Amino acid sequence: MEKITQLEMVGISKSFHGIPANDDIHLTINSGEILGLLGENGAGKTTLMNILYGLYQPDSGQIKINGQRVKIRTPQESMAVGIGMVHQHFALIQPHSAVENIVLGYQHSPLFFPQKKIQDDVLAFSKKFNFDIDLSKQVWQLSAGEQQRVEILKALFNGADLLILDEPTSVLTPQETQELFVILNRMKQEGHLIILISHKLDEITELCDRVTVLQKGKIVGHADTKDVDKRALARMMIGRDVIFNIEREEIPRSEKVLSVNNLVVNGDKGIPMVKGITFDIHKNEIFGIAGVSGNGQRELVEAITGLRKSESGEVRITDTDITNQPPDKIYNEGISHVPEERIKFGIAPGLYLYENAILKQHRSDKFSSRLFLAYKGIKEHARGLVDAFQVATPSIFIQTKNLSGGNIQKLILGREIDGEPPVLVASHPTYGLDVGATEYLRKQLLQRRKEGGAILLVSEDLEEISELCDRIAVIFQGQFMGILEADDPNIKDIGLMMAGTLQL
Amino acid sequence: MLHIKVTDRESISNKRSVMTLIVSLIAGMTAMGLIFLMSGANPFYAIFKIFSGSFGSRYGMMETITKAIPLILIGAGLAIAYRAKFWNIGAEGQLLAGAIAGTWVGLNWGPHLPSYLIVPLMFIFGFAGGAFWGAIPAVLKIRYSVNEVISTLMLNYICAEILMFLIVGPWKGKTKFGYPYTDDLPASAILSTITGTRIHYVTLLLGIITVIILGIVIYKTRFGYEVRVIGENTHAARYAGINFFKATVIIMVISGGVAGMAGIGEVAGLHHYLLYPGSVSSGYGFTAIIVAWLAKLNPFFVILSGLFFAGILVGGDAIQISLGLPAATVQVFNGTLLVFLIMGDYFLKNKITLKWAKG
Amino acid sequence: MEEIIISVAQRTLVAGTPLLLGTIGEILCERSGILNLGVEGVMSVGAVTAFIVTLATGNPWLGMMVAIMAGMLISIIHAFASITLQSNQVVSGLALTMIGLGVSGLLGKSYVGIPLPVKMNDWNVPLLSDIPYIGRIFFMQSPFFYMAIVLAVATWFVLTHTSLGIKIRSTGENPKATETQGINVSLVKYGCVIVGGGFSGMAGANLSISYSSSWIEGMTAGRGWIVIALTIFALWNPTRAVLGAFLFGGIFVLQYLLQPLGISPNLLGLLPYLATLLVLTAIGMRDSQKLAAPAWLGEPYKRGER
Repeated sequence: MEKITQLEMVGISKSFHGIPANDDIHLTINSGEILGLLGENGAGKTTLMNILYGLYQPDSGQIKINGQRVKIRTPQESMAVGIGMVHQHFALIQPHSAVENIVLGYQHSPLFFPQKKIQDDVLAFSKKFNFDIDLSKQVWQLSAGEQQRVEILKALFNGADLLILDEPTSVLTPQETQELFVILNRMKQEGHLIILISHKLDEITELCDRVTVLQKGKIVGHADTKDVDKRALARMMIGRDVIFNIEREEIPRSEKVLSVNNLVVNGDKGIPMVKGITFDIHKNEIFGIAGVSGNGQRELVEAITGLRKSESGEVRITDTDITNQPPDKIYNEGISHVPEERIKFGIAPGLYLYENAILKQHRSDKFSSRLFLAYKGIKEHARGLVDAFQVATPSIFIQTKNLSGGNIQKLILGREIDGEPPVLVASHPTYGLDVGATEYLRKQLLQRRKEGGAILLVSEDLEEISELCDRIAVIFQGQFMGILEADDPNIKDIGLMMAGTLQL
Repeated sequence: MLHIKVTDRESISNKRSVMTLIVSLIAGMTAMGLIFLMSGANPFYAIFKIFSGSFGSRYGMMETITKAIPLILIGAGLAIAYRAKFWNIGAEGQLLAGAIAGTWVGLNWGPHLPSYLIVPLMFIFGFAGGAFWGAIPAVLKIRYSVNEVISTLMLNYICAEILMFLIVGPWKGKTKFGYPYTDDLPASAILSTITGTRIHYVTLLLGIITVIILGIVIYKTRFGYEVRVIGENTHAARYAGINFFKATVIIMVISGGVAGMAGIGEVAGLHHYLLYPGSVSSGYGFTAIIVAWLAKLNPFFVILSGLFFAGILVGGDAIQISLGLPAATVQVFNGTLLVFLIMGDYFLKNKITLKWAKG
Repeated sequence: MEEIIISVAQRTLVAGTPLLLGTIGEILCERSGILNLGVEGVMSVGAVTAFIVTLATGNPWLGMMVAIMAGMLISIIHAFASITLQSNQVVSGLALTMIGLGVSGLLGKSYVGIPLPVKMNDWNVPLLSDIPYIGRIFFMQSPFFYMAIVLAVATWFVLTHTSLGIKIRSTGENPKATETQGINVSLVKYGCVIVGGGFSGMAGANLSISYSSSWIEGMTAGRGWIVIALTIFALWNPTRAVLGAFLFGGIFVLQYLLQPLGISPNLLGLLPYLATLLVLTAIGMRDSQKLAAPAWLGEPYKRGER
């Protein structure tokens, strides 16, 4: 196969269940060029790239390489023409070594002793681009940045001329991001073609030569990054001027509600993931925890909500010690919880909507006697939630898995804040939701704050954190690098704190 | 080129569920017809014979009900275990454990007690025996993550060997001329039957009561709700503070216990003494797995599917005699039906569209 | 005394061989992510077909080959249900066991109790069988024993040192990621289930034309289930399976060894099953099981449209 010097996508359309994800997309990229694909979650960026990678078939349109039409029906065919992709969620086999992962996708892997036979070649490649990874380590032992480099190495080793990176910086610290950019620029000089999918304006303007903006599956603009106006790009991406139409009123915070004192929590592998964290949250306050995922956020939240035992330290709500109490007890004490990965943790997907409307509250007097559930009251409650929190559903007698992500999240949030609990713990509450649902949920959180709630918000989305929170703690490797007031001038250095290079 | 497109069906109507079920059963019987054909029997006659043998006469009907008794009891218990994704394959062993415990009570206390005391006592001990045998794998799974499929199966073999040990050894009957049976239960411990049939109505009644109670437990109670949440999503169950250990042990106490009641029912109602494990139960613990599955794990439907499979057992006996087919035929029939039920589920959940397209 | 030790060791290997064959097959299958509870039924089909063909042709090797083919064929049921239809693997495995046990009863009905005039003869390895003690224990065995050892090592080699093995392991660990590498996950799984079924068929043949030379219904006597437990005991590693299979072979022999002591044969008969429970519990006390199990074992995988 000849080297790719130019790739074109012509009139690509693709819809799922009748809803268009891509609509008549045209784009071109040439060798030695980095193209940014900018758009919000759900704008159709990933779908478009999955078409290029052979995971989906377009409903119409064609792909041309060096002016010749090519058919890409499977990832194999895509790799064969020289396209490689680094997915947002890495396609790596965690318990296998880096080399074994490279063998897996490599088309010319020898049948016998493949690990040994290709090791030297891989190492040479790795040196050429300064990847600096231990190839014999199992993937789960590598950091997110290293894992990403394994992914890139895998694609390059397979002879990829065109590399697609889907939200590559979402799991990286700012430092790792800079290292990645060095590698990508190096590849560009070698004549590779790179497509960078992102919704972050800064990295698009810093790294890319050109940018294409997608909105709701359609291309809404192209630009050269050297003469671009960021404000204009943002407007193109969102489709309106103000990014989020949210006003956070100034409310003085009142008495202390939740206090966490020197908490130590072990992770799944038995090593401490939270290493002595202390903070208080007050009434009328949103307390944010910012940080790259995997730095102990999950363990901290699970320990507070009773899903995980802590090793030492204590958690108190007003004056009650709730350390290591079971989750339903903690709920009764006034801490409700919007869990991360809503479908995995927050609902029983095959049960009806009304049955999910009382999960974890099913033992309360309101919904059950000792033996029986009070289904009549439960159904009324569910109808009330559906109305109050704008859950779009044909009825409450629908299996919950058939709702959209945004509606499931509205149901969960509604369920959790309906009884006006003093404390709400929310993990990544708007992750992966569309603009409308995101805005709605953020407004609800602010409303809860206004009514006197104390909210612990864990998010990777810095924009969300800085818009909503009264104070922001930055977590790195299980410790707080500092707690900032919303108007703290040091807030500009939050990136350094997330990377563990600055402690206040 | 023919394109096959598979998409999720968003909602499933009751009518579609029933139709799919009927089509799967018909398809399963067609496949079975082929197997009859290969074994040299006329498939139409064989299938006709199965159903006329079981549902076509008063005698057949009564036998069908007799065999449905253990299937309904066990099937209802398995339905709630499977709701919680606890794969209890050990109903056979739990049945035997119940038979052993109940028979012990009957033999030792029966001679001194009137019927209205000894019969309830036998069922209580039968329940306790099965419950104990069922609770072991529950504890092993939760505490030591021992796969319950294997542990329940191993406990089947273990219980069968223990039963053999008892009837050839310490419990061997003095009145049985050296055969490996226990003595007969005293008259007060023997369940009466509906005249002219082998239907031991006390157990039948217990079966129906069990179905009603378990149906209410699953759909109306707080515990049933927790069981369904566990079965749907263990992460969500943990999030909701549901106590897995407690719930799993309770489920298996119930599931094993009702199988134990079926066991003592068979002994006190039909055999009147303890005998070979394979004769105490003709594989009811395994057949009940399909009974529960066909009933979509709904205890109320277990009555229907229990009768259906009891019919196949009775009809299977009929074709053994009239067509000379071996007993294993019924097992093949059951397995084949189960495969077609699985296929039915797939077509129920997924919409498959075929279309011809050029290129 | 010497005589007894040699004979016990020798019989331990004999009793462990069918377990080893079945376990290798199950390991292969589970490494690709498919839990196959049909082993008991497939073994049974292997046993009956091997017996019938050997009786008809007088050639035990032909009997074994047909048993392997039959095991592969009938395993397609489970492969289709669990891979193509993404059904619950516990249920479809049980269906396979029922069908296998039933079909073998159906096929073997007229063969019950007939003795086999020829069986797979033991083979003395030249030179090695002359070594004192060792020779009699290890090198005067049934061909099934040598084949089982070779196959265990070969399976280990394929899984660890070939690109095919990496594909199989990756499929069981993370089918989605494996698929994005352009590997046909369904094909890999089908292959593993079917080849694994072949191993089970061979284990059945071992029982009916070598271990004993007769056919009776239920002669697999739960070995198919013990195999599934051994797979866990072996932590999905074929070389560890060798150890586990012969350990359990030893327990089968122990039954006969203890009989002269006057213990009831029924209580001895439950030893292998009790041992299985105890071994699984012991493994469960340590956490190694969770770490070694393929991450997607038993989970239906649906080729995602989105």
